[in-house]
Amino acid sequence: MSLRPLILANTNGDAGWRLEHYLARGGYSALKKVIAGKVSPEDLIAEMKASVLRGRGGAGFPTGLKWSFMPKGEGEKYLCCNSDEGEPGTFKDRDILRYNPHAVIEGMTIAAWATGATRGYNYIHGEIFELYERFEEALQEARNAGLLGARILGSDFSFELFAHHGYGAYVCGEETALLESIEGKKGQPRFKPPFPANCGLYGKPTTINNTETFASVPFIINMGGQAYLDLGKPNNGGTKLFSISGHVNRPGVYELEMGTPFAELLELAGGVRGGRKLKAVIPGGSSAPVLPAEIIMDCTMDYDSLSAAGSMLGSGAVIVMDETVCMVKALERLSYFYHEESCGQCTPCREGSGWLYRIVHRIENGQGREEDLELLESVAGNIMGRTVCALGDAAAMPVRGFLKHFQSEFAWHIEHKGCLVPLDVQRAGSQIYVSPSC
Amino acid sequence: MLEIEIDGKALQVNEGCTVMEAANLAGVYIPHFCYHRKLSIAANCRMCLVQVEKAPKALPACATPVTNGMKVWTHSENAVRAQKAVMEFLLINHPLDCPICDQGGECQLQDLSVGYGCGQSRYGEEKRVVFNKDLGPLVATDMTRCINCTRCVRFMQEIAGDMELGQAYRGEHAEIMPFLGRTLDSELSGNVIDLCPVGALTSRPFRFSARTWELSRRRSVSPHDGVGANLIVQTRFDRVKRVLPLENEAINECWLSDKDRFSYEALNGDERLSAPMIRRGTQWCEVSWQEALEFVANGCKAALDQQGPAAIGALASPHSTLEELHLLQKLVRALGSENIDFRLRHSDFRADGKRNGAPCLGMPLAQVSHLDRLLVIGSFLRKDAPLLAQRLRQAVKKGTRLSVVHPAADDWGMPVHQRALVAPSAMVDTLLHILFALADIKQTPPQPVLQSLRPASQDATATDIARELAEGRNVAVWIGNLAVQDVRGTEIELLAQEIARLAGGRFGVISEAANTVGGWLTRAVPGAGGKNVHQMLESPLAVCLLLGAEPGYDFARSDASRRALAAMQMVVALTPFNSGELREVAHVMLPLTPFTEMAGTFVNMEGRAQFFHAAARAFGEARPGWKVLRVLGNLLEAPGFAQDNVLDVAREVLGEHAGKAEVLLETGLDGRLQGVSVEGRRPRADTLERVCDVPLHFADPLVRRAPALQRTHDARAPQAAVHPETLARLGLEEGAHVRLTQGDAVIELDVRADDGLAQNCVRVAAAHASTIGLGAMSGPIAMERV
Repeated sequence: MSLRPLILANTNGDAGWRLEHYLARGGYSALKKVIAGKVSPEDLIAEMKASVLRGRGGAGFPTGLKWSFMPKGEGEKYLCCNSDEGEPGTFKDRDILRYNPHAVIEGMTIAAWATGATRGYNYIHGEIFELYERFEEALQEARNAGLLGARILGSDFSFELFAHHGYGAYVCGEETALLESIEGKKGQPRFKPPFPANCGLYGKPTTINNTETFASVPFIINMGGQAYLDLGKPNNGGTKLFSISGHVNRPGVYELEMGTPFAELLELAGGVRGGRKLKAVIPGGSSAPVLPAEIIMDCTMDYDSLSAAGSMLGSGAVIVMDETVCMVKALERLSYFYHEESCGQCTPCREGSGWLYRIVHRIENGQGREEDLELLESVAGNIMGRTVCALGDAAAMPVRGFLKHFQSEFAWHIEHKGCLVPLDVQRAGSQIYVSPSC
Repeated sequence: MLEIEIDGKALQVNEGCTVMEAANLAGVYIPHFCYHRKLSIAANCRMCLVQVEKAPKALPACATPVTNGMKVWTHSENAVRAQKAVMEFLLINHPLDCPICDQGGECQLQDLSVGYGCGQSRYGEEKRVVFNKDLGPLVATDMTRCINCTRCVRFMQEIAGDMELGQAYRGEHAEIMPFLGRTLDSELSGNVIDLCPVGALTSRPFRFSARTWELSRRRSVSPHDGVGANLIVQTRFDRVKRVLPLENEAINECWLSDKDRFSYEALNGDERLSAPMIRRGTQWCEVSWQEALEFVANGCKAALDQQGPAAIGALASPHSTLEELHLLQKLVRALGSENIDFRLRHSDFRADGKRNGAPCLGMPLAQVSHLDRLLVIGSFLRKDAPLLAQRLRQAVKKGTRLSVVHPAADDWGMPVHQRALVAPSAMVDTLLHILFALADIKQTPPQPVLQSLRPASQDATATDIARELAEGRNVAVWIGNLAVQDVRGTEIELLAQEIARLAGGRFGVISEAANTVGGWLTRAVPGAGGKNVHQMLESPLAVCLLLGAEPGYDFARSDASRRALAAMQMVVALTPFNSGELREVAHVMLPLTPFTEMAGTFVNMEGRAQFFHAAARAFGEARPGWKVLRVLGNLLEAPGFAQDNVLDVAREVLGEHAGKAEVLLETGLDGRLQGVSVEGRRPRADTLERVCDVPLHFADPLVRRAPALQRTHDARAPQAAVHPETLARLGLEEGAHVRLTQGDAVIELDVRADDGLAQNCVRVAAAHASTIGLGAMSGPIAMERV
């Protein structure tokens, strides 16, 4: 097996994102097919269900099912695309928006057809402002070509789509915080229920999907749900973009069929940097529990396999760590991120994420206490499942994952007031290390 | 109905009910901080996590809707583990300063930490410090104690109508703060003190002055606005230390306006009058009660002998109790005079003798939420009756459509559907437009006396208001202070009554003061041949009994009131305060107890009589007004002054309802006018006219002496507000210093441009030291650059 580009197929880097290029690649044929064939929303959703496309943002919720939750009938409904890709290690949506923005536009327009939404927003995080501007251009191209806006392709079907940029708060990637942010409020998640399908943007029924999810839609419509499913493995259909980073020779975004063995992905990425030994991998973005080399090397890259291994596919952000990595330091960095990005709304996350970071920071700096491992486990457990949104879980899961597989390294740290991995080895592994507390 | 089982107790609840509400019904307490039944659900504190059958994780009771057959355990091992975990998180950054915290002893966090906290903290790192915020003179902050429950934020936005607080920053850095450089200026801001479950927001006037467990508490009733909010007056050693709301869903719910809450400071102020005083030449001397009362009695007798009963009269504040007002009018009438009035700020008395009963709101306050259409005429509603405005705000949120006819477009913190921004002199005309448009829609003619007044043209705004009212199924038309006090108040009232009648709705008057309705019920208004307040000041009396009012501050024509009273032979001031204004005009001052030091009754705007007891012992030699008047009655040998106690007095007015904590009166409240007519359109005079409000913290002698309230935004010194176009026409600009003239009354003020004001109006507030030199509250006024 090797690369199986679908969304990124023939995109030709920065030179191929415009409408003409997309059309040349067969773009908007799915939309034309849907509109010309007057495919019923039910059939469209059935096709999506057949493809077993699971949400590419991280939670892996079946897209077809999500669309089917939207109430039928008239009335204002919204569609939101979540391009607020903020999880450390994740940078796949950025590439989709950079190289193939029209796939997102086409996918959203088809989704609007299926769900009855009349208005859509693509929420793009502020750090990739140039891609927000590119998306605005792409929208204008689509509007000018009659592919978006009022009476699309001369039909009765209208769909307005807008770009909206955030300001870099990680929590705005949480779907309800994203809605709040679009509404002009402080980005804080809403309590669910009610779910967005009933009460979403401006209190109206809303469907929110990830950029990659929407970008997959035209390909599913073109090739058929079953064919898409067959690209991957049962219950894990299609292709997936993996953003691989860390200690590999060729970090970047790789589009592979679901179920590709991790070993192949690692090989595609050029293997571990400097020929060093693989130590651990976070397979699905920084909130996914870490897996040690011996476990990850036996996994295939899909939802079910990684879940069985005790982690998750998440957003497909693969962070590779070689033997030069001090796991305490790695966790310290992750915990700092969640501490910094907690929105502050609910108690366990607001107070707990900082507490977790401080304990790990203490251990890393040689001030760990004997009871700290138990305390870490307990505090993480007290956050898990008790917060408004999943950010609390995201702060707790890495802690539990690191402790599960690398407890001895933490214990060594506490006992010896220093790293198990000798400092010169660490230095050799990462030339520059900036302490998060700086 | 849904079936739910909570801790083994089965009960049925309505669809849409949350687990928290169901638990409250079942009498099960679930610990919580952010949840408050009057506020929206935030579910952010996570303290109310409970175990729900089949749910994989603990769920917040406040935000989880009940489903049929749900089984909930609020105190199971799982639930308590979750609650304890949350408590630990809340405490790690909470300072351990309970011994120096004002909230100590009444702190939800302190209470719950006894049940769910741990003796020893597992958190050994540095704690968060949050800088304090300046929220103004009423609310003190210790923001490090804040647990970010956002009750205060939600209160300001949802109940007070202004988002004056917000949560800024993220995560651990999240802080509650006002807008940069701004303070908490709402007239309801004090409620955040009650809402704050910790000691982050506490009362600034009360700060460090007592512990909650040292205070004794008594129920009382607010003596300020017409709502009649129920109070808990807390005292220590017979000094009122604090006032809190007493929950009463029918009246104030669980809220108080800042005026109700903080005016108590005046009770302990330096200006309290401690003994009777008589003026000898220019000297004021303390005398015994005996001497003072004999002085008064002799003065009255002399006037009676020399000038007859018509030379005696009484003027009373509508903030006086029912008992005081009753005995005052009884005394005046026993002396053979009909010169009695409590409507000190009124200017139009053409309706005297032409109404059946007391004007009042015409509906219980609790029914305001059922209205679907409301027309408010001539009211500074938000400041005149903050808690009524609050109720209306909630009603508007649920769909009541509000129209306003008023010269000022003040922000009421709620959407106004249609607004006729008209000068006071044009209000009658606007109401005629509305009335005839409504009559046309309803195809019902107005009463005959009005039929000749059909306006020649149509007015789009008025037509729209009429259409709105015609569509309503539960309509009310209210008139407020500006309308009631206007020189054409009677005509406005008649037209408002007609509009209400044609719309099939209810008519109401928003009472000016705590006992305005009581004043009517006691007949503290002139009878046949008697003089009203205007006439008493026009042709001064020989003897005037002045109950609880200050010349200059409490009268429609402040300059005239001062001048007329100063010219009288004897002015007897019955007052709790040794007031500078009174020292100028009075000859004797009798120290009265304020509401906290006596029993009495107030009748609020809905006609609810509320009896209250004293909360503290009388200050110095001060005595309840009813006792003073009773003794005076005896000294003057007037019949019917043998009452033994306050209930005997109340019974003479309220009969069997006397002394009841709360009773909604059913009789005597028909304020309908009969035999009154309307002059119709008057040609517009080519002068400016005065729009006058009585700012809420200047409205009565008590609140004028409350130091913290006097430092609030609402108590700023008045400016002359004028519409920018009018200003331009006059060749003036914002900030100009101008001379304002009404007759021979002249004052100087700075000008402020206000585009929310009708053209050709000058808005100058009354009852402030800088404006009492001015004349009538309504009518022409001249303005020129100094």
